[in-house]
Amino acid sequence: MTDPDHKVVLRVRGLTKKYPGVTALDGVDFELRKGEVHVLFGENGAGKSTLISIISGAQHPDGGTIEVNGRPVHLAGVAAARGLGISAVFQEFSLMPTMTVAENLVMGAEPGRFGLINRRRVRRLAQERLDEFDFHISPDRLVETLSRAEQQMVEIAKAFRPELSVLILDEPTASLTEEESERLFSLVEEARGRGIGIVYITHRMAEIRRLANRVTVLRDGKLITTVPGGTPDDELINLMTGRVVEDLYPELPEPGTRVVLAARDLSTFDGAVRNATFELRAGEIVGFAGLMGSGKSTAARACFGLERVDSGTLTIDGADLTRARPARVMKAGVVYLPSDRKTEGLLLNRPLRETVTLPWLHRGSISSGPVLRPGRESAVAGDMLRRMKLSPPDPERTADSYSGGNQQKGLLGRALLGDCSTYLLDEPTVGVDVGARVTIYDQIVELARQGNAVLVISSELPEILHLCHRVYVFAHGTITAELRQDDINEQTILRHMMHWDEPAKEIA
Amino acid sequence: MTLQSEVEVTARPRGSVISYAARIFVRIGVLPILVVIALITFSLMSDNFLTVDNIHSALRQNSYIIIATLGQFVVLLAGGFDLSIGAITALVSVSTAMAMSSQTGSPLSAVVIGIVVGVLVGMACGLLNGLGVASLNINPFIMTLATASVFSGLALMLTSGVPVSGLPMEFSDWLGYGSVFGIGISIWLALLAAVVLWVLLTLTRPGRHIYSVGSSPRAARLSGVNEFRTLILAYVTAGALAAVGAVLLTARLETGEANIGASLPLQTIAAAVIGGVSLRGGAGRVLDAVLGAVFIGIVANGMNLAQINSYYQMIVTGVVLALAVVADRLRTRLASAVYAGKV
Ligand SMILES: Nc1ncnc2c1ncn2[C@@H]1O[C@H](COP(=O)(O)OP(=O)(O)OP(=O)(O)O)[C@@H](O)[C@H]1O
Ligand SMILES: [Mg+2]
Repeated sequence: MTDPDHKVVLRVRGLTKKYPGVTALDGVDFELRKGEVHVLFGENGAGKSTLISIISGAQHPDGGTIEVNGRPVHLAGVAAARGLGISAVFQEFSLMPTMTVAENLVMGAEPGRFGLINRRRVRRLAQERLDEFDFHISPDRLVETLSRAEQQMVEIAKAFRPELSVLILDEPTASLTEEESERLFSLVEEARGRGIGIVYITHRMAEIRRLANRVTVLRDGKLITTVPGGTPDDELINLMTGRVVEDLYPELPEPGTRVVLAARDLSTFDGAVRNATFELRAGEIVGFAGLMGSGKSTAARACFGLERVDSGTLTIDGADLTRARPARVMKAGVVYLPSDRKTEGLLLNRPLRETVTLPWLHRGSISSGPVLRPGRESAVAGDMLRRMKLSPPDPERTADSYSGGNQQKGLLGRALLGDCSTYLLDEPTVGVDVGARVTIYDQIVELARQGNAVLVISSELPEILHLCHRVYVFAHGTITAELRQDDINEQTILRHMMHWDEPAKEIA
Repeated sequence: MTLQSEVEVTARPRGSVISYAARIFVRIGVLPILVVIALITFSLMSDNFLTVDNIHSALRQNSYIIIATLGQFVVLLAGGFDLSIGAITALVSVSTAMAMSSQTGSPLSAVVIGIVVGVLVGMACGLLNGLGVASLNINPFIMTLATASVFSGLALMLTSGVPVSGLPMEFSDWLGYGSVFGIGISIWLALLAAVVLWVLLTLTRPGRHIYSVGSSPRAARLSGVNEFRTLILAYVTAGALAAVGAVLLTARLETGEANIGASLPLQTIAAAVIGGVSLRGGAGRVLDAVLGAVFIGIVANGMNLAQINSYYQMIVTGVVLALAVVADRLRTRLASAVYAGKV
């Protein structure tokens, strides 16, 4: 390859990585050219994150070679990789929760002299960086107070550094909505234009169509093939799963009418939600759509007792549960799937079984009185893992040894185990591969068919469009529209999401 | 991602002795290796060390450390610390002794009342720690550092610094030096405490809640776990265990002392860490904590027999603690190499 247009910035050969009992990468070859977006595509647990964690110096391979600009390198750590111009946004974030946005953005390259950090310049540099991306986040906020989507933005801003030659993005849009994703895409395109090589991991077909110059498909830790960007979706999915995937979205059942959960004029103390009135009905799937920070997640969290409610009421099956604690709300038959699986869902250093059964330990199927029945517990967890097609389906592995998408499947499976009547699902399929989504959508629809009330909060428009009977659109903390079946279409939702006010309506 | 059984990976034939040793190390961890080293060293230094009698008396002397370590362990599991464990020991020792010596009835009733008072005092101390951590949200490090000062002060105030004597002979005869089936009562008690704790932690719902709160408080709360109640349970259990240890120590000393237990926070945390309990919460087993405490006891006994000055003993404890942590990190590193078939 002497053609300068096809200059290879990064090449790996025979990369192998083993974990106890699992070969995550098995002799994988991969090359990245200057100025290309190279998508890594594969099922959950295929080894995508492992591959990029090695390229970015976060992990060491057990075998294989890495070349940067034609020279073999040894990446001792993330700092070494960064020195070579390689920078990554990981699936699981690496921000320091107790530090400010500004401190995180300059970390490792703090401005200052004689070892003293110039705080004014830190702030200014950070503000410049945020402005450049048009991200509206105050540099003084503590990272732990940011939502998952906001943290994602900060991660991205942190990765785009001036002296970049390889940029790695692991599911960067996982919790971003169209609007924010769109901004990311133009940043990626601009970076590509400057000759930066970009490794991009995603499960969203639209992003592959939009961005990919080439696509490398991994399956079970092995390289399947590398194909050009224009390859049709079903061919890619076929390569990924080794089978043909039918329709993504199942047929919706007739919606019910009995109101199960009703919120009236609900406002949270922090002002993230104001005067929201909505209801969930038995046998119906309701969607919450809205941009990052629009209040769509906060509204659901308030229902589950996770946010301080300022005014308004919340009733579930007629009982007033306005300021109830999560445990009380759960007793009323409500289950909540948090969007941030790492901090709010998983017991990372414990066997996955313990995460799965934790909310249901009091059930007769797992315990008698306060005494647990270990055999039953293992069986319950193991069955669920197999039903959700986790790989590997071993409940005794620690939660943090599962790939991102498999963790998500585990948490969703746990929510479905409860035999509850109301399901609040915040980003239920985030990070889940296309094949596994089919199963998940089927199960969500099945819940509704059995007469449960289901809420799907999603930043993915297709999920809102195809999976919901009724949609509430959020903007700036208030509900701007309630749409019913025939009114649910992309333009209408987007319009209310951006809150293009009444005039726009008149024109339309 | 091909699945292979672990047996297959570890059983792969490899030549050298070193690689074999490395694999053993990864499999069993630091502690057994440390124990073997200690046993060999001390039996070379003293003929009396490796005798049934000596090991028995070492365990009996240190059973209070084992029990206190179990208390520390519960709090560590829940993601906390208990730096007041030594001060609780002192306060319980003093209150048990005062309650006993003030009784005029039969020795048996005096002993029973003394023990009940002691355990209640220990639980009250734990409750105070728990309330500070769970409801006022005070960092456990600070909270227990503060209560340590309070409890020590109380113990000194109650006694004006003078040991409390006049305990019934039977108290130390039974709990300090008594045996059942040839094994010291205090060892039986340590064993009982370990078994009860194991049952609580592995077989009951509250025990599982302790693990979950230590592993991720937010995830636990979202799963409907009552974080407040769980933390209170952990600290009160720790207080109760520290109290049982304190009663045993008092029985051996035959007086209630306000100035004992100063080294217990270090010793119990060291024992737990050497045993492999995570300081970040949510990970560790009862057996690990017990073995860690036994190891600390053996080292102290061995050094006593070898007539090593107690100042050096403190230095050795500190060094062993640091080494154990380093060795454990090495083990994690080696583990991936072994599984990758490189070693
Ligand atoms: N720390 C770990 N310990 C043990 N096994 C691990 C660890 N990290 C990853 N694995 C295993 O390695 C395999 C590949 O994981 P990886 O995270 O690379 O998948 P992925 O392709 O990124 O999947 P996803 O789309 O779900 O993010 C999985 O089977 C996973 O269980
Ligand atoms: Mg991944």
